Amino acid sequence: MSKTLVEKIWDAHVVKSEEGFPDILYIDTHLIHEVTSPQAFDGLRKRGLPVFRPKQTVATADHNVPTLNQLLPIKEELSRYQVDMLTKNCAEFGIELYGLGHPFQGIVHVIGPELGITLPGKTMVCGDSHTSTHGAFGAIAFGIGTSQVEQVFATQCLLQSKPKTMKIEVNGELEKGVGAKDIILYIIAQISAAGGTGYFIEYAGSAIESLSMEARMTICNMSIEMGARGGLIAPDQTTFDYIKGREFAPAGEEWDKALAYWKTLYSDADAKFDSVLTFDAADIAPMITYGTNPGMGMGIQEHIPATTAQPETEKVSYKKALDYMGFDDDSSLIGKPVDYVFIGSCTNSRIEDLREVANFVKDKRKADNVTVWIVPGSKQVEQQAKNEGLDKIFEAAGFQLREPGCSACLGMNEDKIPAGKYCVSTSNRNFEGRQGQNARTLLASPLTAAAAAVTGKITDVREMLEKV
Amino acid sequence: MKKFTKLTSAVVPLNIENIDTDQIIPARFLKATTREGFGENLFRDWRYNGDNTPKPEFVLNNPTYSGQVLVAGKNFGCGSSREHAAWAIQDAGFDAVISSFFADIFKGNALNNGLLPIQVSDTFLAQIFKAVDSNPKSALEVDLENQTVTIVETGAKESFEINPYKKSCLINGYDDIDFILNQKQLIEEFEQAR
Repeated sequence: MSKTLVEKIWDAHVVKSEEGFPDILYIDTHLIHEVTSPQAFDGLRKRGLPVFRPKQTVATADHNVPTLNQLLPIKEELSRYQVDMLTKNCAEFGIELYGLGHPFQGIVHVIGPELGITLPGKTMVCGDSHTSTHGAFGAIAFGIGTSQVEQVFATQCLLQSKPKTMKIEVNGELEKGVGAKDIILYIIAQISAAGGTGYFIEYAGSAIESLSMEARMTICNMSIEMGARGGLIAPDQTTFDYIKGREFAPAGEEWDKALAYWKTLYSDADAKFDSVLTFDAADIAPMITYGTNPGMGMGIQEHIPATTAQPETEKVSYKKALDYMGFDDDSSLIGKPVDYVFIGSCTNSRIEDLREVANFVKDKRKADNVTVWIVPGSKQVEQQAKNEGLDKIFEAAGFQLREPGCSACLGMNEDKIPAGKYCVSTSNRNFEGRQGQNARTLLASPLTAAAAAVTGKITDVREMLEKV
Repeated sequence: MKKFTKLTSAVVPLNIENIDTDQIIPARFLKATTREGFGENLFRDWRYNGDNTPKPEFVLNNPTYSGQVLVAGKNFGCGSSREHAAWAIQDAGFDAVISSFFADIFKGNALNNGLLPIQVSDTFLAQIFKAVDSNPKSALEVDLENQTVTIVETGAKESFEINPYKKSCLINGYDDIDFILNQKQLIEEFEQAR
């Protein structure tokens, strides 16, 4: 029987399937971090259970860590306690931890792929909704709650109902200045912040196939922003080339064996999806969000849709969002001054993102009214950036290169955007207060963020590229 | 896990769509390492000003409204997977949340904690808001066994869906870990067969 990619991987991991019950799904790799794991470890203690497969569990500290002076003790007491708790729990339960100071430390969704832990055909979970990032390798990867973290600790399995499948095809060529972030923001704006709920999404089409692994991760990362449990892309030569030679990737005979299996991981030509959507890459412009959910995005030259154009039941929420942002119906964002630019997060903090920004800002300088933070996704990304001299370019441009962590994406540490200020951010969520109480977030690509940093206002990056 | 069978209660109406888990419990309150005490920060930034004084216009600060059922606009619980959102709602005294659409992860987290997410039609949701609007003490009856929710005053009733396994977990107060632990031999056999 023909199967979709999701079905192939899912079926290979079902321990038990019984009518009326969710499947018992085997989990190959469990990633954990300091914020959503402590209560799960406590649960194990209460039940008197060990971690069933500690070698299939990997930990890092990322959500609640400072991004300056990481080797000094964390100043804030609760944060220090939470990070120390992770260290203590990992030691007690025999889990490998890449904590602060470790050369592999970084955002959990950045380090998995760069260490070769993320592989095609795997099932992977983490107590974080952006776990869908790993789907870029052709893996089933999704975010879970803390009770489920405990479940995976205890059994290396999850009770899960098989998801519906959706295929989103993007075909054609992207315009210069338009990238993966614009593709995903465009798709979310088209189908809304709830349009993918209940589905696993497979991204396909020529525009997707031509993307690098970093760009594919950006796409899969934001699947949750349309409500989807996960997103994935069939592995191909680009995937295999990226994985080969990485720290924990299979090598020698193991590599050959793995590669032969990975090459079977694609949706059969006549496989049935529950839903199929198709988009044309040529329709996609640099995107920017104007509201308080990621579905409220538009091409940067467009005007904010009017409240009167919204469905009756949605008008109140829509107006509330525009009021929060301080924007008017039918207005353009071009030329709007910005206060902060944040380049980072599990969406856009990889070496390719930093290279793209550095390449753009070389011999330019940030506008005086803007504070620019660049937060690399991992120690390895940070090191690589320094090896390539990107740090010098950022310094000359007045951009501050900080140390790895989730940082201002969720503002759990001290990296917060002040109340009322506007931040063009390469992260994934523009929710009210996400980057700090009453902070106003505009989601965009690294290039659009870099353009805003240089001009001090919302700018169509395409106009700056043409001058080059 | 907390058991759920039946309840009759007034409701707290929150007619806003796309309520994300960052609103339910902002990230700065996720530093706690236990499950308790999140209720006091439920909807923190909608409920309090920056100087910690309550915002009187917010529904949780309005003594007219009370009850164990939170009723909210569609796509409730979207965004972050933080289970702290379900813990906060429960800790603030709610046993059920009603909306016309729930985000997946939130729904799973709620069920795993004995907080019942009830998905109703857009029309029925509007009826509930209307009933509460005309009488803030208007009560709902939630019957998990029969999978129905009823507006007591008008008698309007709607059925809701729930996975039969999850339903029995809620009624009996047992959780997924209890269930899977009984299958450990199968799991080990699966590992060996790979």
